[in-house]
Amino acid sequence: MALETRIYQKENNVKIFKLLKQSLADIYSSRFLAKQLAVRDIKAQYRQSYLGIFWAFVGPLTTAFVWIFLNSSGTVKLSDTGIPYPVFAFSGTLLWAIIVESINSPTSSTNAAKGIMSKINFPKEALVISGIYKLLFNSSIKILLLLVFVFFYGIGFNWSLFLFPVIIVGAILFGTTIGLFLTPISMLYKDIGKIVSMGLKLLMYVTPVVYVIPKEGIMKTVMEYNPFTAIILTARDMVFGTSPEFLNYFIVIVLVCLPMFFLALLFYRISIPIIVERMSS
Amino acid sequence: MKEDEDNILVKVEGLSKKFCKDLKTSLWYGVKDLSTNLFGNQKQRQLRPKEFWALKDINFELRRGECLGLIGHNGAGKSTLLKILNGLIKPDEGKVTIKGRVGALIELGAGFNPILTGRENIYNNGAVLGFTRAEIDAKVDAIIDFAEIREFIDMPVQNYSSGMKVRLGFAVAAQMEPDVLIIDEVLAVGDVGFKLKCFNVLEELIKKCAVIIVSHSMPQVTRISTEIILMERGVIVMNESANSAKAIEEYYKLAGKSIKTEFGNGSIEIQEVAINGELKEVVDLEFDKSFKLGLKLRLFKPIEKLSVKVTFYDVEQKPIAQLSSINDNIIIHNINLDDEMSIDVEIEKLFFNVGVYSLHLVVRELNVHNKEVDILSLIRSVKSINVIGNTYYSHSPCLLKGSWKNNLTSD
Repeated sequence: MALETRIYQKENNVKIFKLLKQSLADIYSSRFLAKQLAVRDIKAQYRQSYLGIFWAFVGPLTTAFVWIFLNSSGTVKLSDTGIPYPVFAFSGTLLWAIIVESINSPTSSTNAAKGIMSKINFPKEALVISGIYKLLFNSSIKILLLLVFVFFYGIGFNWSLFLFPVIIVGAILFGTTIGLFLTPISMLYKDIGKIVSMGLKLLMYVTPVVYVIPKEGIMKTVMEYNPFTAIILTARDMVFGTSPEFLNYFIVIVLVCLPMFFLALLFYRISIPIIVERMSS
Repeated sequence: MKEDEDNILVKVEGLSKKFCKDLKTSLWYGVKDLSTNLFGNQKQRQLRPKEFWALKDINFELRRGECLGLIGHNGAGKSTLLKILNGLIKPDEGKVTIKGRVGALIELGAGFNPILTGRENIYNNGAVLGFTRAEIDAKVDAIIDFAEIREFIDMPVQNYSSGMKVRLGFAVAAQMEPDVLIIDEVLAVGDVGFKLKCFNVLEELIKKCAVIIVSHSMPQVTRISTEIILMERGVIVMNESANSAKAIEEYYKLAGKSIKTEFGNGSIEIQEVAINGELKEVVDLEFDKSFKLGLKLRLFKPIEKLSVKVTFYDVEQKPIAQLSSINDNIIIHNINLDDEMSIDVEIEKLFFNVGVYSLHLVVRELNVHNKEVDILSLIRSVKSINVIGNTYYSHSPCLLKGSWKNNLTSD
């Protein structure tokens, strides 16, 4: 019987395709682990709370309410969005929340598994995949609520609505890729996590989350270059059946993110031992 | 020869690992390593400032059916070595080649979530250990029975006692079928009955694979190991086959002396303690030869009768034998109420196993009914003896002498 042989040494395998093959093989072999971890976390999260699923969307809902109130009370004056403002604001904050959650997901999954990572050898890719499972679960709850809003405000049904989940998957891919690149460094320094969460808060204001892109000025230029804009606007267009102006930009983002995601996965894979070494066990 | 080569499941060649003493520097090196890592990390690594070798030039081989016991004091590098063998961290020099499935008994119950039930957590833990769903489905009943917690299996794990948690964790881990098994001091789990069960499982496992075990319990190590490596400050000090007492003797020598502490009510002073006429702190004694203890006391108040007790402690500070004047029905008299007296006692044959033992001495006053009353003097670790001169070593502290008969070769 031929036994599988493992060799541990300082030098890394730099042949990127061989590394990728190993990584994918590990993802495949740990598919049960990834699912089990996601199920475990989701179950535990809801078992210890009465409001349960409510917490999945309470964040974006409050942000939306604040803006709805600011707008309706005339405190701030926003340009016309073309659709009922509550739906506009809520769809924005919801999509934003999904992207932010995706960026944080790899780091938080890895952080939560710190204890076992320094004790047991298992395919670490499972952590990333289980993070994606959790994102898909949480996002689908958010989307259901958004649909309630859409029909409540009489937007009505559009065939493009079927493309909406595809856009969400794109958003999760985009966020997870960024998150994966950040994870190794943010596992070492706590500063990174703080900078990212603060940066994202600021970034929200140069993204058409709760207001539309202004007709002119510097803000218009910044917003149009901002990749987050493309994702949010394209997703929104799918819900409301408007013509997607940023569709091309969105497709470019996804096409860039696909190879980048695998690159990030490899970076993550070879970084883990260095992180484990510096973690308390 | 070829076959022998095939049987080597673990091969460690020139393995070294360095660590950094300072956290901030360590993190910064981490960032640097992250980037050099991307380019294959081919450059030779030297010690950077504030770094030290946690492991240096470790070499050994292990075949199926062999068990390597790693001993050494805290910080000797044992756990670091296990982490490298387990693939958790990378070596800085050298190479580790491992064949087959690696199982680690390092942390029991990894992946448990306290809110979920025992049954759910069997799946979580099993998944982390690399089982598939089908495998766990097939084994779940065996696991529950082994852990003996069928009654509570659908209760959240946070309500389990720590013993129950560990039992469940071990029961899952016991289902592994590894080729190489790494064990780090997890055997001291549960109550006596369960411990026995664990040992049986381990002994079954050990037969089928190559085992590396880290332990501070010498009896345990000698019981299951076929080879012992003593580590100190990241290097192998000694590599012996397990029956040799040498590595263990050396380990105990490195342990350092226990500190002498003394108290009493001030009515006597122990001026001299001699073992076989020697006054040294550690006296070497030949195995199975006589042991003589001579005490010189100075008395500050008239004391008529007293008792003397000497307790022998092993290195783990467990009492293993006692010599007591009361038990020997001896009353030590001081008829003339002198202010100085000497007491001598002899053990004809001291059949302690090789190793270091410390002596605790208690002198008590006896009342008119020959009952022990005040403690006049109590000295912990008053002396140590180092038993030498026997090539046999076993994990029990005493070796008894028997007269053997065999009906086939009877005279």
